[in-house]
Amino acid sequence: MRRVSSWGRLSADQHEVIALSDPAKVSSLVSGSNKPGIVHGMGRSYGDVCLNPGGVLWLTTGLDHFIAFDDNTGRLVCEAGVQLRDIQRLGIPRGWILPVTPGTQMVTVGGAIANDVHGKNHHVLGSFGNHVQRIKLFRTDGEAIECSPQTNPNWFAATVGGLGLTGVIVEAEIQLRRIAGPWLDTETVPYPSLDEFFQLADDSEAEWEHTVSWIDCISGDRGRGLFMRGNPTDVTQLPEPKGRKRTMPFVPPVSLVNRLSLRPFNIAYYNFKKWQAERAIVHYEPFFYPLDNLLQWNRMYGPKGFFQYQSVVPREVGQDAVQAMLEEIAHSNDGSFLAVLKTFGDRQSVGMLSFPQPGVTLALDFPNHGMRTHKLFERLDAIVREAGGRIYPGKDARMPRDLFEAGYPRLNEFLKYRDPGISSALSRRLMGS
Amino acid sequence: MVDLTLVARDAGRIERVAADLKVRSPQSHIRVVEAEFLEPVAIQDTVDEIISQGAVDVVLIAHGSLPEQAGCQNDLRACRDALEVNGVSPVLYAEAFAKHMAQADHGIIALIGSVAGDRGRKSNYIYGSAKGLVTRYAQGLQHRFSGTAVKVVLIKPGPTDTPMTSHLKEQGANLASVEDVAQKIVDAVDRCQAEAYVPGKWFLIMMIIRHLPRFIFNKLNI
Ligand SMILES: Cc1cc2nc3c(=O)[nH]c(=O)nc-3n(C[C@H](O)[C@H](O)[C@H](O)COP(=O)(O)OP(=O)(O)OC[C@H]3O[C@@H](n4cnc5c(N)ncnc54)[C@H](O)[C@@H]3O)c2cc1C
Ligand SMILES: NC(=O)c1ccc[n+]([C@@H]2O[C@H](COP(=O)([O-])OP(=O)(O)OC[C@H]3O[C@@H](n4cnc5c(N)ncnc54)[C@H](OP(=O)(O)O)[C@@H]3O)[C@@H](O)[C@H]2O)c1
Repeated sequence: MRRVSSWGRLSADQHEVIALSDPAKVSSLVSGSNKPGIVHGMGRSYGDVCLNPGGVLWLTTGLDHFIAFDDNTGRLVCEAGVQLRDIQRLGIPRGWILPVTPGTQMVTVGGAIANDVHGKNHHVLGSFGNHVQRIKLFRTDGEAIECSPQTNPNWFAATVGGLGLTGVIVEAEIQLRRIAGPWLDTETVPYPSLDEFFQLADDSEAEWEHTVSWIDCISGDRGRGLFMRGNPTDVTQLPEPKGRKRTMPFVPPVSLVNRLSLRPFNIAYYNFKKWQAERAIVHYEPFFYPLDNLLQWNRMYGPKGFFQYQSVVPREVGQDAVQAMLEEIAHSNDGSFLAVLKTFGDRQSVGMLSFPQPGVTLALDFPNHGMRTHKLFERLDAIVREAGGRIYPGKDARMPRDLFEAGYPRLNEFLKYRDPGISSALSRRLMGS
Repeated sequence: MVDLTLVARDAGRIERVAADLKVRSPQSHIRVVEAEFLEPVAIQDTVDEIISQGAVDVVLIAHGSLPEQAGCQNDLRACRDALEVNGVSPVLYAEAFAKHMAQADHGIIALIGSVAGDRGRKSNYIYGSAKGLVTRYAQGLQHRFSGTAVKVVLIKPGPTDTPMTSHLKEQGANLASVEDVAQKIVDAVDRCQAEAYVPGKWFLIMMIIRHLPRFIFNKLNI
């Protein structure tokens, strides 16, 4: 037994960890388990989707081999524990990039599929699952299932965004996308209020592949922030940045993100960035993965850990709902510097339980202050529920079951594809088993 | 671009590694040879066949398996198997390559020993003594080839996060990452370092362990 936490460090329960490192042995190890398990990839999910206290965790980081890559078509076949970082480092020098990537590249292919992750270019390219061509899945009864948008499409739709509950993904085929080089042409535009955010988003979507914004959820009640947009560029003659890694060396006894540090931090960040608001050519690593060089930054929230609250609400009611959430947070004085606001496009997600849907998504980190934090979440839940929105299970550790059911209308259809030998803390909390 | 021959006991498993390497380096030529690891005549044939394909610049002898110490104490066959695969087998392979490299006066022989070979400990002295054999062997080979163009590199990894140690990880051991250790092995071979502890901190730790007086050492539960 070993203590395992997810990214939010809200718990550190004992798990029976079984490393899956040989694809030929996955089936027997998984079907030989006498109690239910769940796959744990890089554990970059914030909540309990990748945890199973007291039960089995199948660790997939050893399933890290590439299987085939065609330089002419950009088709990649790899094992499910391969990290997105390794795909980017393989592909980009050869002119191919992952079409969709989340804000950290230290996640596995299996994790990216199971949470159907999204990136800054959702309005152009949808989510990760839109680019997966084939999945090989092992069930705990020993059955192997190959699925794709064409073959076994229901299994495919259940497994993409399926939170690891339909089986163990061992292998996937992904379509990469042509790219000229590792650089992006970027622009940062400060905005004074939510009105301008929505205007900027509307104006940018046609011309810019990547859009995202940082929003200051404390200092003002109008919602000022910075809008960042970028496009791939064919500039190639720049020196690669030096990848200097820093580690948060210890867990501070209290959260470094607190009432005293937050307000000055937000003001400083905003003003500092405001001077820099301009066009710049930026390497893909700092652009897509700004925090990856500060290893284990999650420790700065102290021993009690932290929550991320990410919701998406339909565009029609988006502005009002976001405004209402920001007001709640401003009143609570409990916000954080990682508040991210972004619009999702109309591209349909393939998964029955995929999180992305057309609208606007707001993601905020909150240090864990127990009841106080939970009370705030209940007020945010009410706004999301009212707006007809949903919460991202990959980030969640606490949403109420009724909100999950309301947000994911295909849940009943999905349940038919669950593997009875698989269970997570999240599935027990939100699906009863 | 390299010309690489992978030698392993199980072709199916080594094909997985070969496919991965081909994706990473499509221009490289990668060949897979299924081989015998204990039988001297078969080892000689395998090495002769490889040499017949062209001169070898670097050979990395990396196979090994971590036996359960208690199993070795209770069953002499398990004990012998562990000594053979971790000690005798690497030496036979190295010796077969050494003969060819001596003739060509060219080449690097890199052997993976272990920090476990530096001093016998109750928790793994059968494995440790096999790795100790590799250490003494590498020293002798370095003596033999001093002043020639043949170089011998002995690598001593500390506990590393590979399939060999997945059960230790379960017990919460602190293991070095494979990427880090692999990079340091490549650096050591590039520099033709005679002896390389990877990660480097094990040099200090093992220096202390080696020099602890017996009356203290024997009281330690390691
Ligand atoms: C700094 C940071 C930024 C992030 N930014 C974004 C973002 O922009 N967009 C976004 O969508 N997400 C984002 N995330 C969340 C992260 O991308 C997802 O949680 C991702 O799924 C984590 O992958 P993982 O390999 O760590 O999987 P884990 O967190 O270990 O597991 C996630 C889920 O995948 C399942 N799973 C993993 N591998 C397999 C497999 N082989 N077979 C079956 N099931 C499997 C697990 O059971 C679990 O249900 C971010 C996270 C961090 C820490
Ligand atoms: N991991 C550590 O902490 C650590 C520490 C110090 C030293 N080392 C040494 O590092 C080397 C590499 O080990 P690793 O950690 O990478 O372990 P690993 O992943 O288990 O690899 C061991 C390799 O040895 C092969 N092998 C095992 N038994 C064999 C046998 N009887 N005959 C032929 N081949 C056999 C395996 O082949 P198959 O694929 O066919 O099984 C595999 O390729 C070994 O010499 C080991 O002793 C490891």
